[in-house]
Amino acid sequence: MQTIFAQSVPGRLGVVPKETEKKAGDMLPAGLLRSAAPALPELSELDVVRHYSRLSRLNYGVDSNFYPLGSCTMKYNPKFTESAAALREFAGSHPLLPQLEGGEAHSAGNLEALWLTENLLAEITGMKAFTLQPMAGAQGELTGILLIAAYHRARGNKKSRIICPDSAHGTNPASAALAGYEVVNIESKDGLIDPAALAEVLDDSVAGLMMTCPNTLGLFEKNLPEIVRLLRRVDALLYYDGANFNACMGRLRVGDVGFDVVHVNLHKTMATPHGGGGPGAGPVGVSERLLPFLPGPRVVRGQDGAFSLDYNLPQSIGRVAPFYGNFAVCLRALAYILRCGGEGLSRASDYAVLNANYIRARLHGQLEIPYDRLCMHEFVCSASPLGEWGVHALDIAKALLDKGFHAPTIYFPLIVKECLMIEPTETESKETLDAFCDALLLIIEKARKDPQSLRDAPLTLPVRRLDETRAARSMVLTEDLG
Amino acid sequence: MSIKKDLLYAATHEWVRIEGAEAVIGITHFAQEQLGDITFVELPQVGDSLEAGKEMGSVESVKAASDLYSPVSGEVLAVNTALEDAPEKVNASPYEEGWLVRLRLKGAPSGLLDAEAYAGAVASEENH
Repeated sequence: MQTIFAQSVPGRLGVVPKETEKKAGDMLPAGLLRSAAPALPELSELDVVRHYSRLSRLNYGVDSNFYPLGSCTMKYNPKFTESAAALREFAGSHPLLPQLEGGEAHSAGNLEALWLTENLLAEITGMKAFTLQPMAGAQGELTGILLIAAYHRARGNKKSRIICPDSAHGTNPASAALAGYEVVNIESKDGLIDPAALAEVLDDSVAGLMMTCPNTLGLFEKNLPEIVRLLRRVDALLYYDGANFNACMGRLRVGDVGFDVVHVNLHKTMATPHGGGGPGAGPVGVSERLLPFLPGPRVVRGQDGAFSLDYNLPQSIGRVAPFYGNFAVCLRALAYILRCGGEGLSRASDYAVLNANYIRARLHGQLEIPYDRLCMHEFVCSASPLGEWGVHALDIAKALLDKGFHAPTIYFPLIVKECLMIEPTETESKETLDAFCDALLLIIEKARKDPQSLRDAPLTLPVRRLDETRAARSMVLTEDLG
Repeated sequence: MSIKKDLLYAATHEWVRIEGAEAVIGITHFAQEQLGDITFVELPQVGDSLEAGKEMGSVESVKAASDLYSPVSGEVLAVNTALEDAPEKVNASPYEEGWLVRLRLKGAPSGLLDAEAYAGAVASEENH
């Protein structure tokens, strides 16, 4: 398919611009004027409509098909949240207004929305307070680690290491390293954090442990109380990576269990748009002892009920984002939380767990399931048994595309070979789950009878099997658009 | 899968060939097979001193990025610069053209596996 630039024909027009009385040159200084026309593509209106209609049909999203991309929680975003974010009073407001003298009163609704979102997240997670500033999960992680560092600094602790279990999300060690900590990896035992392995590396130099719970294997860390006890002994803090929080809403208040910091991916759990690089939101919640270090300014409600911004935060780690984070994303999350209510959120998590277990049970005996027991919102299986016929996880993923399904995450987590990580989310019906399982079982059968057909997949998509190796080895990072 | 008789191995799947006071390091056939097509190799610099068991670089494949650990201690004399443009050599020839680092040994190698012990380690990992 040609780019819109390649389709350009000199002189072709969509709209004939109206002659205006004043030319740009009459209004702008000569230094700001172009010397040549911009190199925009020249097409008719119909050319443009067809181009973008074609592109939209090539797009794949949860609005068009099932999307069981493990670890990413690609759940459906109900459309009513869009109308909340599009309300004229929100969409038309200027982010600088509350920072101007007297401006807070004119932004009361916006500030209240932020305040309410923070407080609802605190209630859902059992944390003392939240900041909505971080604009993605990974930024939330970095914020959380900086909060941990600030805590230890304030107490005069000398800490240099952060522990990341091998079942944690890949961004965890990266965030800890970015904040300047040495990362200590500990091996899982039977898919879970092993308190004995933790005790072995634990000493006064440990600042904290980053835990994804349920972990990337979709298993709940049942040794949590023991882990909390071990960490407390050396004044190390416990970080909760909330990327998998869609499994636990209403069932686990992480603050009650002893976590000190948590980030929640609104673009996963709270059904705000996801993918395509954002915008995401990774609000961070803290326990009482980390409260003074939260990024500022903080939205506060005075005794008279008026909302304002508090800049008087001497121990704050400072801003981590301009303004107050991705405001419109937070609005969608607020709408989702309010519409679902506590009962609805619990039910969402329950169904997410039920759906994952339904698929796991249907695949039992067909693919290898290394931790074949009750899982949370996702589970991991392995295509290793198909290696005998020269079929790999990648081939299964591509064959699923031919059947109209997005592929599960493959080759992650690294601790399971030939791994496929399946997360259906709560919004899928039994019919969809069955159709997916049927397709997957057909593919597995084909692996034995006609393995080459799987290695050739996909056959029905706009592009055939892409050469990922060549793409990674000979990268072309720029494109001359003419 | 091939394991060379005359090499020593680390449990982290690097091999080392001792040549008098020098040693050559690479990753094993099993390692490259597990990684799949290798797309990038990050190596230490000439003159760096490496410590046995410590990270010395990383290797990226279409599937994953993995750390490389030096099986022995010593000072880097040369790195395989051909891998910058042709990382596929690690897949095609892990024990010869796909070598990674040559270093001057500091101290005798210790805690490494011979070919037979490494074959055993691989077998148990495959059944894991």
